[in-house]
Formats: sequence, structure tokens, C-alpha cells
Amino acid sequence: MKRRAFLQSSAVLVVGFSLSISPLHAQPAPDPRFAQVDAWLKIAPNGMVTFHTGKVELGTGVRTALAQLIAEELDVSMANIQLVMGDTDLCPDQIGTFGQLTILLAGPQVRQAAAEARLALVERAAQRWGVPADQIQTDQGVAKAPNGASISYGELAQGPGLNRAISGKATLKTPAQFKQIGKSVPRVEIPAKVCGTHEYVQHVRVPGMLHGRIIRPDLPGATPLEIDDSALRKMAGAPKVVRKGNFLAVVADSEDMAVKAAQSVKVVWSAAEALPTPEEVPQRLRSTPSTLRELQRTGQGADALAQAVKTHEAEYFVPFQMHASIGPSCAVADVRADRATVWSATQTSFLTRGSLATMLGMKSSMVRLIWVEGSGCYGQNGADDVSGDAALLSQLVGKPVRVQWMRRQEHQWEPKGAAMAMSVKGGLDASGQVIGWDYAVWSPNHALRPFYDMAGNVLAGEALGMPARFLQAGADRNAKPTYAFANSRVVLNLLDRSPLRSSSLRGLGSPQNTFANESFIDELAVLAGADAIDFRVRHLKDDRAIAVLRAVEKLASWDKRPSGNRSKGKGRGVAFVQYDNNATYVAVSMQVQVDDKTGKVKVENVCVAHDCGMIVNPDGVRSQIEGNVIQTLSRALLEEVKTTRREITSVDWVSYPIMRFSDLPSEINIELIDRPTVRAVGAGEASSAPIFAALANAIYDATGVRLRSVPFTPERLLAARQKQLA
Amino acid sequence: MSTIRVNGQAHKVRADSQTSLLHVLQNELLLKGPKYGCGMAQCGACTVHIDGQATRSCVMPVGMVRGEVTTLEGLGTPEKPHPVQKAFIDAQAAQCGYCINGMVMTTVAFLKKTPKPSVEQIKASLDGNLCRCGTHMRIISAVRKASGGAA
Repeated sequence: MKRRAFLQSSAVLVVGFSLSISPLHAQPAPDPRFAQVDAWLKIAPNGMVTFHTGKVELGTGVRTALAQLIAEELDVSMANIQLVMGDTDLCPDQIGTFGQLTILLAGPQVRQAAAEARLALVERAAQRWGVPADQIQTDQGVAKAPNGASISYGELAQGPGLNRAISGKATLKTPAQFKQIGKSVPRVEIPAKVCGTHEYVQHVRVPGMLHGRIIRPDLPGATPLEIDDSALRKMAGAPKVVRKGNFLAVVADSEDMAVKAAQSVKVVWSAAEALPTPEEVPQRLRSTPSTLRELQRTGQGADALAQAVKTHEAEYFVPFQMHASIGPSCAVADVRADRATVWSATQTSFLTRGSLATMLGMKSSMVRLIWVEGSGCYGQNGADDVSGDAALLSQLVGKPVRVQWMRRQEHQWEPKGAAMAMSVKGGLDASGQVIGWDYAVWSPNHALRPFYDMAGNVLAGEALGMPARFLQAGADRNAKPTYAFANSRVVLNLLDRSPLRSSSLRGLGSPQNTFANESFIDELAVLAGADAIDFRVRHLKDDRAIAVLRAVEKLASWDKRPSGNRSKGKGRGVAFVQYDNNATYVAVSMQVQVDDKTGKVKVENVCVAHDCGMIVNPDGVRSQIEGNVIQTLSRALLEEVKTTRREITSVDWVSYPIMRFSDLPSEINIELIDRPTVRAVGAGEASSAPIFAALANAIYDATGVRLRSVPFTPERLLAARQKQLA
Repeated sequence: MSTIRVNGQAHKVRADSQTSLLHVLQNELLLKGPKYGCGMAQCGACTVHIDGQATRSCVMPVGMVRGEVTTLEGLGTPEKPHPVQKAFIDAQAAQCGYCINGMVMTTVAFLKKTPKPSVEQIKASLDGNLCRCGTHMRIISAVRKASGGAA
């Protein structure tokens, strides 16, 4: 591992999404241990390799993909690799697991560390046999000499360790040498998940542990005025109320008793600022005080629209949506006077450790955060907040405490995926080319994540009145069009605060911005009388972008013609994105059937062409694409956080429905474009981005109705058609 | 104090009879298969079998349990998986895996009654089980594999 490379990549990451915090401040202090190979990995006498990484498994398959990279560079079998992930005492700070950045940023670090270890083993073998190092072959955890002698890694690694600095001398394998990279390897933890032996954070039990439940209001911002816990005195199991500042909880010996106790405590809550109703959110976004940033200006910017032969404008909206994890967030904490341990499913072990340490009044070095896999999070769900809850509660009662949120709490209190409003104006010249593009987006920040020494980023810290500070991320993601328009202007109105507490949901602002960009270019294609794919290609210069569009055209047997066919409720739509304007290329097409009477949309065939550079595990990439397609179709068709002025009313799976088996598309066809010599840029999020637009464009083709607000419910479709007819 | 039989073993329940079967399985037997998802029988993550019938253990008071309880662990192990578990592994039908307990338990009970289901029947049988990762297509192909159909 090159120390410098590590630091540079960290800085790039933070610069990429930080406006208000300098990269120097955000950069983790280099941990000198990880300048040594031995901090990254250990080889046991039986050949078992234990590798330490700050990246964690969120269900996307990086445990397997990273192991493949290690197997590749170290020449050991997958079965002999185990990963320790996200433990702050043992692992390097690789900042966090988000933004589909694991293979892009941690991949090269992990490969380098494994390659250095292999070089150290080879040099030991060479010395032992008295032959030049370049004559030693390695395979399956064994070094072999030219004369046929062999020795296992386990034996070579005997002693206090490899004792070698990350020198940068070890060269990585080239695509021609790959045995593991590019191979569909089965996910290592799936057998345990399917057979009930996999440990989730919900399973962590500590001796002497109490069970806690948190008591929070239905209206964010309300604080407890009066607390009546008289009902608790009659209960067995010694439940008691714990309060500090506005933090209110119960603890009991058993989980059932904690649940009952929390339900029995009567609280009078203060008033607080009213919530916007769903109908009010679009206007609220556009009227909340915000900071204007110009993200792009090419040519004459929006002024070029004056020369357009035809112009068009439209407004789009995506509401607040949920991560909606199937398992409510859970954490266990054991906080002592001089040492704290927190078992957490966070995406950001080190950042969260810092937040919790500040909240607890401890130094970061006194807190150990042990990451344990949770229910899939798809961004920042309640994992960080519940970790703060467990830590504070454990400190207040002086015993280890397990806290699990109730279903209602997860729905109400998880930070929501941010609502966004977009306005686009565009114009065509006489040849039907886009002559001007004027784009504006109104969005809250998409990152609430814990930030090292700030405790107010988690709910428990906020309840104690501690300050928060946020990285700024996501509102601008894919606001800029991927097309090479001669004249364009793109502005972001970054809201000073969010109407609902919100943070990163898969893709951050990309699905929303791509909804507007890729719907609007479709509308311009119709205005130009052009086919949707041809019109896009006409405005692209990047060969990889054109390649995914042409691939999806072929995969879908695309019906080439201007959209708006309205043939018996059947239609097809397409959308394209280069994720974050610099990463993965994705083109999606889908066919829909719209029921004329009910307005119900049935998605039939979905086709995806996907180019993420080098592919580590093709089946893993396919799995991520399938997940992105289905999850984002669910968001597109069904999902909107419901509120009244006084409470969030989406509190379970009836009041916040998500996609079921009966709503599935009939097929998902995927074409992966593998580029082994091109940097791997990730697959966890990119294919979520074009789904809203591809579906809206297909619905337009099927019905002539242009839906510009997510979700595309039957009621909305019928109302829009009615309006169009009127 | 009641006794329940779980995966072939008798267990003396310490919790009171109103406690959910799920909490007893998780907190007394320390089983990891059945999961808490909603506590309202809406998502299916807690599904177990009682005498072979798929049952939502989060809303089943332990005092009401009559019959043999089987959990995901009782079907098979990573070394010797049940045919349905093996089909899920072969189809790589899990991402985070939190819902998979319910998918497997529901499928095992379903295939006993409907050994050769159509895709539409598979979808209908799993419609009350929620998955958020979007693993549905692979789950359907796992069920088809397990029933001897083409994946």
C-alpha cells in the first residue's frame, strides 16, 4: 500500500462532496500502523489469511469482491481468506462504505497490501532456497522453487509477522494474469445467511446486558414536558425511565419488558414547528432559504435560448422517500468510565466512533466501534442514531445496553431520502439540435452522517443539545447533463435546512436529477420528432456513453421512432446516465403496459446496459443492478413519505408500501460491458439513477401522458390524463 | 411455565406466556434464523413453521404455541443445507439476507402443498414477504430450482 496513494484518494473523496469543510480537516489522521503489511493482514500457520479493512458489507457483496482482490494479488484460495471489517481497533480508516466507492477507492489499497505481502513471502522463500526471487512461483498459498521444492505461506509467515513496510515495489497483476478478477464467485456469506447462522447486529448479546427502548415524539423537534412513569412501578423486570436533556428512554432486564415499559410511559410533548404536508413539499423546497451555486456554464449559458426555434420548459418533483430497511436499526453498547465498546451496523465506523466519543465526553481512542452487519441500509438509515442511543443509555445506566428501534420508529426517525424540485428550460435550433439548456434544482443536503468530533449529528447527541456539522453531498449529483450541449447553465439552490430530517439514500440526488434531465431530453426529442435513442446519441461525444445506449437498443430490440405512440397502452422508454458525471455508464430501457381504466402501470421487460470499467465479480454486479432496478421501480411507482402537520404518518408497511412480488417487472435483461484495463468505478448505485426517467418516458410513450412527479400512482396518471384532455 | 419444542428439542420457556414466540426464540434460544422486522405480521422476516405451517412468530404468543416449532436452523446447515436452502445458495438469492429467513420458510411450506408451482403461483405465495434489496428475481429462480423447474 502506498501511503501517499491512500491519503490522496481520501482527500479526493472528501473534496468531491465537501463544500463547507476543508479536505484537510476531513482527512483521517494517518494511522502509522497501516504503513506496515502486518497491520493489513495476518497469515496463520494453517495458511488462513485474516485481512483488515475499514470497508463493510452492506449486502452489496463487497466482502466477496474484496476477498477476490486479495486472492488475486496474494495467490491464495478464496476459502482461505477471512475479512475483519469496520472494527476501529483493528482496521484502517477508509472513511466509510458509501457512494459505490469501495472497489474504486479501497480496491487499489487492498490489492497493493496483498501484493506487498506476496512479495515479502516470495523474498523469504527465495532467501531460504538461495534462488532469485523472480524464479519463485506462487499459487494457492504455496511458494514453489524452480527445482520443484515448495513451502506453504503458513510456514513462510511463521514468526512475529512479515515485518515489511508498504514499499510500493510490489506490482499489481495485469488483466492478462487475472485468475480471480472478472470471475463470478459465489458470495461468501450467503450460505450462512440462508441457513440462519449469520450474525447480524440484532443478535449481539453481552453478559449483564439490559434492553432499552427509546421514547420519541411523532413530531420531530417536540421535547418532553411531562413524564408519567407510574405504570412502570407495577411491572416485573425492573423497568425504569432514563432521561438526560431531551433524551428519553426505558431500560429493563428483558426485551419484552422494555417494549411494554416504553408503551406504558405517558409523555406530554411540547409543540414544535409544523411539518409540511406532502402537497406542500414542492413549494416548500422552492421557498426555503437557500444558497445558489452555479454548477456549470458552457457557451452563452441560458442566453442561447433566445435564438431557439422551438423552446420548452417543465418542472419535476421527487418526494421524501425512505430507506425502509426490513430490520429496524439496532446497536449494543458497553460504556465504562475509561473504555467504551459499541457494536454497530454503521457505514462509517470511524466517523461514528468520533461522534459517539464526543457525546460520551471521551477521547476517540477510548471508544472501540465493532461493526456487525445489519439489515440492508441503502444509505444512512437509523444505524448511526441507534448507536448513539445505545451508547448514551449504557453510559447513563452503567451497564451494557441493547437498543432496537420499533418498526414505527424506524419509519418515523430514519433520516429520509431528500425531496427535490427541478426546473428545466430548453430549446432546439432549426436542425433539431439542442441550442440551450437551463437547469435549476432545489434540494436539501443529502448527508447527515456523523462527522468525527461532532455529536449533534446523531439523534441522542442532538437531544443533549450538542452541535452538529455536516458534510455537503449529493444535491448536485448528476445535476449537470451528460450531454455535450454548446450552451448550458446548471444551478443548484442548496437549502439551508431540510423540511424533514434527511440524509443519503442510494444514489443521493442522482435519481432525482436524472429524472429531470432524462425526462426533459425525452421531451425535447419528441419536440424534434426524433427517436429517443438517436436524439441522445446525437448530443453525445463520449464513446462509452454511446456504447451503452446502442447496447440497450439492441438488447431491447428497440422500436425506433418518435415516442408518444399510444398503442393500446403499450410503450417503451429509455434513459441514460454517466453516474456522478465521472463514473459508471448506464442505459436502461423498459416496456410498460398501462391499464386504460385504472391507470395502473405494469412494467414488463427491463433492459440494462452497464459499463463500470473493470468488473471484479460479474454476478455480483448483476445482483446490484437487479436490486437497483427493483428498489427504484418501487420508489417510482409507490413511495412517498406521508405526513400531517403534526406527525409522520408513514409508520409501517401498510402506510408506506414497497414493491411486492406481484408488482415485479416480468424480466430484467442485463448486458455488462467489461473493460478490464479501465479503472473500476463501482456498481452499487449507478443503475438506480435512470429508472425514474426510463419509466416516465415509457408511460408517456404508452399514454401520451407526461408524469413529472414521483411516484407514478394510478390516481396521478388518471388525473394527469384528465387534465390533458380538458 | 410452558415448554415448547423447537428443532426437535424441548425448551422450558422463562418468559411469560404473552411474550412473542419470536422473542423467546431470539432471546432464550439465541436463534438467528427468525428476524424481527415489524412485530405486526406485515413483512414475514420472523416466519417459522409450527407443525409444518408457516407462521409469523412475532405475533404468536409463546403460550399459544401447540406443536413442533421449526426454524431456519432446523432445516439445514451451511454444510448440509435443505434442498430449498441449497437452491437459494445456488441462485445467489440474498443480498443483505435479512428477509431470507421468511422467504425460505414460506417456500418450504408452500412447496409441500404445491410441489410444481407456476411462476404466478410462486409470486402469489411470497407476496406477503417483503424484500428491500430487490432480490426478488433470484428468489423466484431459487424456488423454481427447488421445485425441479428450470431456473
